[in-house]
Amino acid sequence: MSAPVLPDLAGHFGRYGGRFVPEALVRALDELDAAYRSAKDDPVFQERFTGLLRDYAGTPSLLYRAERLSAAIGAEVLLKREDLNHTGAHKVRNVLGQALLAKRMGKPRVIAETGAGQHGVASATAAALLDLECVVYMGETDTERQALNVARMRMLGATVVPVTNGSRTLKDALNEALRDWVSSVDTTHYLLGTAAGPHPFPEIVRDFVGGIGTEAREQCLTQLGRLPDAVAACVGGGSNAIGIFHAFVGDERVRLYGFEAGGDGVETGRHAASITGGSAGVLHGARTYVLQDEDGQTVESHSISAGLDYPGVGPEHAWLHDTGRATYEPVNDAEAMAAFQLLCRTEGIIPAIESAHALAGAARIAPRLAEELGRTPTIVINLSGRGDKDVHTAGAYFGILDEREVLVPGEQE
Amino acid sequence: MTIRDTFGKAKAEGRSVLVGCMPAGFPTVDDSIRSMVAMAEAGCDVIEVELPYSDPVMDGPVIQKASDIALANGVRTRDTLRIIEAVAGTGATVVLMTYWNPIERYGVDAFARDLAAAGATGMITPDLIPDEAQEWIAASDRHAIDRTFLVSPSSTAERIAMTVANCRGFVYATALMGVTGARTSVSSQAPELVARVRAADPEMPVGVGLGVGTGAQAAEVAAFADGVIVGSALIRCVLDAPDLASGHQRLRALSAELAEGVRSVKPS
Repeated sequence: MSAPVLPDLAGHFGRYGGRFVPEALVRALDELDAAYRSAKDDPVFQERFTGLLRDYAGTPSLLYRAERLSAAIGAEVLLKREDLNHTGAHKVRNVLGQALLAKRMGKPRVIAETGAGQHGVASATAAALLDLECVVYMGETDTERQALNVARMRMLGATVVPVTNGSRTLKDALNEALRDWVSSVDTTHYLLGTAAGPHPFPEIVRDFVGGIGTEAREQCLTQLGRLPDAVAACVGGGSNAIGIFHAFVGDERVRLYGFEAGGDGVETGRHAASITGGSAGVLHGARTYVLQDEDGQTVESHSISAGLDYPGVGPEHAWLHDTGRATYEPVNDAEAMAAFQLLCRTEGIIPAIESAHALAGAARIAPRLAEELGRTPTIVINLSGRGDKDVHTAGAYFGILDEREVLVPGEQE
Repeated sequence: MTIRDTFGKAKAEGRSVLVGCMPAGFPTVDDSIRSMVAMAEAGCDVIEVELPYSDPVMDGPVIQKASDIALANGVRTRDTLRIIEAVAGTGATVVLMTYWNPIERYGVDAFARDLAAAGATGMITPDLIPDEAQEWIAASDRHAIDRTFLVSPSSTAERIAMTVANCRGFVYATALMGVTGARTSVSSQAPELVARVRAADPEMPVGVGLGVGTGAQAAEVAAFADGVIVGSALIRCVLDAPDLASGHQRLRALSAELAEGVRSVKPS
């Protein structure tokens, strides 16, 4: 199969992607695009990037055969251990790449948006390492829910700005970061946290996190002598999913599954499943699937996982969905939390609640694949992050915290 | 009157056009109609109706807040069309300012048709650049709606030429790198940007927005631009007022002050 090279030069994945931004940002996006193209072909840049990924971030991450989990769900499960990376998630790959690009463009300041705080912490980390000023926008609701991550960012030298408008969550933090950028593009790089937003961000972020997939593919060939039957990942904005999918897109026989946050269930309207529960529209600079009402106003998303709690999705996922190359399904909070507990108990690994959506989805598709293939399927699951940050949420969910802790303000709904 | 005729008439009078912006449905549908009619009566040549949107990335705190209030009070896209119809019905020249997603959701061609039927003569698209606007260009041609795209101090000469070539009616020059909101001084980048637009097309009227809040600033901008666009300062009259009656009083007073400002100088 000769896959088309996407996106096109204007950042389109079919009808998705592109640039729906104020004209004031176009020059900065063009500069970023040019800087990225030249960096891509520059062996010095690439060596610096892969060197940091190897020596600082701890990649390639392991591909671990999870035998007890395999037995529990009826599949041969291989976990791509992005949770073992420095800062505890795949996101370090993106921030190191973009912070190096900021340096290359001579921009001394980076700004970032964050929901749960993971991308904010990763950005603050890369900024500290590369001596960049860092400002992180975070919805006020989230700063209260994730006080520990706010402290982490400040510890690393970043300024955290609580955003008090709109729904005071990730989408509003993103709006505020865009507003900052419109006013500061000369000195500032916007370190966008997922493979979404205006061109060239979806492509740049995909490429920086693409090592997840190229590593996993090689590891499969080395460790199994063949490719897996399926690759599974959770999808919020979609960076970890596109990161692991991309290397496999040309392998037609490898099924790609993205699991969106189904919240209370897509049918309740309280979810964050943009593809399976939303419709095509324009949000935050790109055409993609969004949660919107009949007037095109953005609808608030809901998920137990703050990292998936976003009403849009990267445009390449919209395209992979429409073309049928990848399959997207919602996983609701209860299913995700059951899988969260299952991984803790079978493998001694506490996953991020985001990643637990991929685990739950894999458990759901395992019998389906077994029947289709007539044998035990092999599934690579992207374990995109570790769950330390979620222990409080999970503890409250399972009722295993003592009462005083459960009542920490802001944590309960 | 069409937006083109409005600019043409002002030019014949040797002055700039005053464009006053107000979000539709702020704080309610009927109140926003009253505000807009008051602005027109007090001297705004063009009423720029902003369609409230949940994620207005180009707007500063004042317009965000007014839009949030309008949305919380339940304003819908079809209400915005109704407001335009009511205001245009008084004889005012009306243009719509809107982020792109609500238009795409409504249906681009259907919206252009209904917007024209409501009596608006133009539409400003802050987050739609001509590069992504093929569908809008076709629909606005079909229904004779004038198109206003934005240029910014960061725009290259090529982009200014391309953008102006796709505008009809007037081009919106964002005077500074930033979001909407009144500033204490007019950006020094504005005159240069207007000159760069004129170099690309000497005939295309240029409206300057972002930061104007007083009659003196309006006069300053009118000295070099064909149109002076005021939003946040007018909206604040209503937003900050203890009650609507006094809000409308302030709105009239500021509109009159701004109108006097644009008339006090001859555009160069």
